[in-house]
Amino acid sequence: MFQNLSDRLQAVFKNLTGRGKLSEADVDAAMREIRMALLEADVNFKVVKELVAGIRERAIGTEVTESLTPGQSVVKIVLDELVTLMGTTESRLTLSGRTPSVVMLVGLQGSGKTTATAKLANLLRKQGRRPIMVACDVYRPAAIDQLQALGREIDIPVYRGADGDDPADIAAAGVKAAIDGMRDVVIVDTAGRLHVDDDMMDEAVRIRDAVKPDQILMVVDAMTGQDAVNVAKAFADKVDFDGVIMSKLDGDARGGAALSIRKVTGKPIKFASVGEKLDALESFHPDRMAQRILGMGDVVTLIEKAQDSMDADQAAAMEARLRTSGFTLDDFLDQLQQVKKMGGLGDMLKMMPGAGQMKELKDAEIDERQLDRTEAIIRSMTARERVKPSIINGSRRERIANGSGVAVSDVNRLIKQFEQTRKLMKQFQGQQGKKGKRRGGRGMPPGMRMPF
Amino acid sequence: MTTPWYKRLSEGMSRSREQLSGQLNVLLRRGPNLDEQFWEELEDTLIGSDMGVSAVTDIVGRLRDAATRKALADASEVIDHLTDEIASELTLDTDDFLAAGPVTVLVIGVNGTGKTTTVGKLAKQSVDEGRSVLLGSADTYRAAAIEQLDVWAERAGVPIVRRERGSDPASVAFETVERASVATPDITLIDTAGRLHTSPDLMLELQKVKRVTEKRSDVPVKVLLVMDATTGQNGLNQAREFDAAMNVNGLVITKLDGTAKGGIAVAVARELGIPILRIGVGEGIDDLRPFDAKEFASAITRGV
Repeated sequence: MFQNLSDRLQAVFKNLTGRGKLSEADVDAAMREIRMALLEADVNFKVVKELVAGIRERAIGTEVTESLTPGQSVVKIVLDELVTLMGTTESRLTLSGRTPSVVMLVGLQGSGKTTATAKLANLLRKQGRRPIMVACDVYRPAAIDQLQALGREIDIPVYRGADGDDPADIAAAGVKAAIDGMRDVVIVDTAGRLHVDDDMMDEAVRIRDAVKPDQILMVVDAMTGQDAVNVAKAFADKVDFDGVIMSKLDGDARGGAALSIRKVTGKPIKFASVGEKLDALESFHPDRMAQRILGMGDVVTLIEKAQDSMDADQAAAMEARLRTSGFTLDDFLDQLQQVKKMGGLGDMLKMMPGAGQMKELKDAEIDERQLDRTEAIIRSMTARERVKPSIINGSRRERIANGSGVAVSDVNRLIKQFEQTRKLMKQFQGQQGKKGKRRGGRGMPPGMRMPF
Repeated sequence: MTTPWYKRLSEGMSRSREQLSGQLNVLLRRGPNLDEQFWEELEDTLIGSDMGVSAVTDIVGRLRDAATRKALADASEVIDHLTDEIASELTLDTDDFLAAGPVTVLVIGVNGTGKTTTVGKLAKQSVDEGRSVLLGSADTYRAAAIEQLDVWAERAGVPIVRRERGSDPASVAFETVERASVATPDITLIDTAGRLHTSPDLMLELQKVKRVTEKRSDVPVKVLLVMDATTGQNGLNQAREFDAAMNVNGLVITKLDGTAKGGIAVAVARELGIPILRIGVGEGIDDLRPFDAKEFASAITRGV
């Protein structure tokens, strides 16, 4: 099984050595792979059909240039097409000038509306607004308690009606409470509802009409399959919404639903919800999403994470050391700490393009506790040992093992692992150099530093 | 062939059935000829149910073979066969531990699939069948999850073991099975926090809950995975990871009352051999129903 579209296409075009234009047969083979990749990513099959037709048209007759292999040319076309479809720039939340502004959240049960409400409130406050949240889910047991608990956590007020109140009345009263409480943005959490449940859809319309929101956002689970188009279409037709919050994007779902919804409704994806913490709401980036859907790894996010947790000087110094192969166990320790800051090895590997293909990485054990143990071992070494591991003989190994509370075999393993890492880094360096020359920097961006 | 409860099932699933069988009827109307376009459209229709490309390719391939071998003349015969094929994929050796007992059941799954609601409905149903129930609220993470299960415990009139939010879920599970060893209920249901299968820490936490539960429980411990019918191909990853970590004994597919067809269950059954024990077809307590492969398949492919 190929990990991503580039690999699939690389395999299709493996035997293609001639220069010139892509033939129709080449393109046919490529289109089959593209169709598979998109379907496996949960893009709706009708949307896939249209997309593939468009991509096909562009691909036939594509010049195979010096700088790109045929596979890369087609990948570029596919990526461009997906990015264009999802909107080429990130879209933002536009609130009108009126005070208070009102944002209403809708969606299916379990899509993550209540959590998204709190995350959005938190984000808006960071941007200098004074939000209040309104709890209109009067159906699910304890849903209102849930929003109140979240409100306490982030210290943002929650308006709740009395038992038996109508959700539309609660929403309207919530807006009034915002005015009284000098709040300038109201976020209305609504009950999860099925798009085929007419009563509940009517209720959403009544809430909408009662508070006239500036923005209605639909919360969509990134794991949603083919049905996403039906749901989105129904919500667009009946309630109408302005944009989408994609939730649970911190999992490993490819998120093809984003593409389907955009294609079918024309509504932009505005935010990505990426974790359990209440600050885990990010702007949505179509280019990254396109890569993710194609299984190409989220290179940009990886770089941003690396940049966040590693300052530029440190990175430059590290890179210099990597270049000169003067990489020591001290650096290794540094790297481990960076990795921990970036959310662990597993997180990082997932974001790396082609990581699945690298035998060394596949076999590497991804055990976060291992990181702690490794740290302890290195800390039990002398400065000289860290710079020059080759001097670590039997008695030194025993001392290190005792000092860090592990077995000698663990110390051996670490030293071996370190040597492997050194080797791996040399390979990365080699690859990067070659690719840079040949393909003009597509794929792994030129500015990317491997953080380990 | 239609049993009374399945009448209700078909009501719940009528929308999804109408949709899919509507699409299949379009295929049928194309006339009796099985041309290339027929097969392609059949494939698309099944992919639209979230069965996944490889399951669909395989099933349609077998259908094409059968069509030639058995000289199936027209589309409607092919659809009959299709129903059988899907049913056979879903037919697994099933031990319905939710109906037997005594048993301790850990209810797990990703966020928002309906775990707490499923636990609540199972509790109420068991009580209505005259069985004794104990609930444990080991979802100590999500705000108000405990209160949500509390409401269900009250509705079903069953005891619940709970601690304050933020407690160690394993200790809540332990306390629950400890209480169970005294009260000896027919079924002990332990709700756990939703978690993404990609989070190593949370998966370790879940494994600890199981370890602790198994150690203390006097009765067999079973693991029930709750999956949302709207889930796409990621459902296979979910099932794979939860099964690897927890050894899943059964599946509940929720939210089949929308337009989603829950085809991912077919992919899960094929690859992992995990049987579906219940399906959720609505918000009412009675809308959590036993699963029957044949009926499920025909509910997908045509009107019952």
